[in-house]
Amino acid sequence: MDALIPLFVAFPLISAFLMVIFGKLVKGFHRFLAPITLLALLLLAVYEFTSLGGTSQAYAMGGWTGKEGSPLGIFLVLDGFSVIMLCIINLIGLVALFYSLSYMAKYTAEANYYSLFCLIVAGMNGVVLSGDLFNLFVFLEVSVISSYALVAFGVGKTELEASFKYQVLGGLASMLILLAIGLIYWQCKTVNMAEVRAAFDGSYSKAFYVFVQVLLISGFGLKAAIIPFHAWLPDAHSSAPSPISAMLSGVLIKAVGIYVLIRLFFNMFVFTHEIGVVIAALGAISMVLGSLLAINQWDVKRLLAYSSISQIGYIVMAFGMGIILLLRGNNEAAAVLAIGGGIYHMINHAVFKGLLFLNAGSLEFRLNTRNLKEMGGLSKSMPLTSTTSFMASMSISGIPPFNGFFSKLVIIIAAINGRFYLLAALAVLVSIITLGYFLKFQRFAFFNKAEKAVEKIREVPFPMATSMVFLAILCVALSLLAIPSVSETVLRPAIDVLIQPELYSTTLIGI
Amino acid sequence: MIVYLLCFVLFLVGLYGVITRRNLIKIAISLSIMEFSIFLILVLIGYIDQGLAPIVNTNSGPEIYVDPLPQAMVLTAIVIGLATTAMLMAIAIRLYRKYKTFDIREIKNLRG
Repeated sequence: MDALIPLFVAFPLISAFLMVIFGKLVKGFHRFLAPITLLALLLLAVYEFTSLGGTSQAYAMGGWTGKEGSPLGIFLVLDGFSVIMLCIINLIGLVALFYSLSYMAKYTAEANYYSLFCLIVAGMNGVVLSGDLFNLFVFLEVSVISSYALVAFGVGKTELEASFKYQVLGGLASMLILLAIGLIYWQCKTVNMAEVRAAFDGSYSKAFYVFVQVLLISGFGLKAAIIPFHAWLPDAHSSAPSPISAMLSGVLIKAVGIYVLIRLFFNMFVFTHEIGVVIAALGAISMVLGSLLAINQWDVKRLLAYSSISQIGYIVMAFGMGIILLLRGNNEAAAVLAIGGGIYHMINHAVFKGLLFLNAGSLEFRLNTRNLKEMGGLSKSMPLTSTTSFMASMSISGIPPFNGFFSKLVIIIAAINGRFYLLAALAVLVSIITLGYFLKFQRFAFFNKAEKAVEKIREVPFPMATSMVFLAILCVALSLLAIPSVSETVLRPAIDVLIQPELYSTTLIGI
Repeated sequence: MIVYLLCFVLFLVGLYGVITRRNLIKIAISLSIMEFSIFLILVLIGYIDQGLAPIVNTNSGPEIYVDPLPQAMVLTAIVIGLATTAMLMAIAIRLYRKYKTFDIREIKNLRG
């Protein structure tokens, strides 16, 4: 029982309400409270990360643990995997918020922006911590409804259109998820994930099981924008204000999409070979098609959004391979590599995709355009933006000293060890295509001859520059996770949660 | 069984509406129809034939009660549905002010 766990949700919720109430009365109140909230959350996440040490903690809401088999208790569960997600969410949240301090100054209703920002963080923290399906659904809606509002925050033509599209598809996804939760409750008489696993371990009808899994894959696949479900992502992520794009692409699709899929399919369902194949295939398809669709984009943020789809594909494919390898049972080292590579790439992608969207935001801030054809020659006038975006581009396309190289390498080695030669070849190929379209981005934005006079354009203000430099340093520093002894302490607890999936429910019911 | 099938038909009616309608408001209405078909399924899951409302009275001896948990979940889900519908309507009205139409065929800035 760890009393600090509910603070991850309560703290941002309370400050979101305070900001709406006092933001209009006290000038600058929200600009002061929001960074403090996120900083406190980050410190709390890091503290939990260091003190957890591979164990798992549960917190029963209101002290209700449920009596005599009644499914009334609501648990928040913190283990090796969720604590890593918490660190990523609050880290990228803090950096994006710091960046917003000067980026959002041109918008009206700033208090509402910071309030929605805190709500999105509260929702994601809740999704990651929740140990029960219905609670997970509620937190998921908290974060996605605030993201609908934030996508439309500019209230221009494109923003509103993107937000409407996002809402229709997001609403559809929520319906599918709610239906699946209802069906699971019907069969198992509980919505607690650990107890559902125990119920499924006994007996279940095969047809029902597959139906629920298909509903959940389509629901969370829509949230994670895996390829047949990706239509909303390029619009929504390119129309939102840039710090929000960084949040959406960097952490939202991971926290409410991939994290939940992985958590449910590893720790709640008893996984089957078919589901491993389906997940790996979906991942491989989005990896390839996402990168092919990105090549022809001239809008900077659209290009980055398509590349998000492609990178998400890498992560999903790695976890799919992990499931298949765990079921084969004879090659656990490769399974550990695949799952570890997936988690590592998830961390890295949050950092470099967040950075790239902040770079795109800086370009838009100074030039008022997102079209690559109207840029050029900016490497002299915006040296910080140029350098940091170069580092992020090299990182995402897998060039050695940066973190992206190592995580992709780990995934590819796992694929070769597990004898998925086709997937390994595709991963290498997609990495080369990625390098291609990021070189295009670099060339047209920073190195070409300037189309119009760029001498007057200055570097972005201090908060924006600091956030970008900080993330660029992380891009290099995260390479350290490739060293075996470091990854043993940082990534191993998360991997352990996933390679011994039955431990999640046995330890939790034991508590 | 027939009730479950009717709920599923309602769900499909909503899905058909979301896919084929060209009017923003009609799309929002179709989404609401889908939502309510799922709420009905949730309530049906907790229903027991001849069951009473689950207000437990110690004096009245053993009775059959319907399952209260799905009802609590449906209440929460209805509130969430209200928030999504309100958000959708707000965006639809803003879109109408910008484009002077509700027709999605004329609202297509985002391509590719």
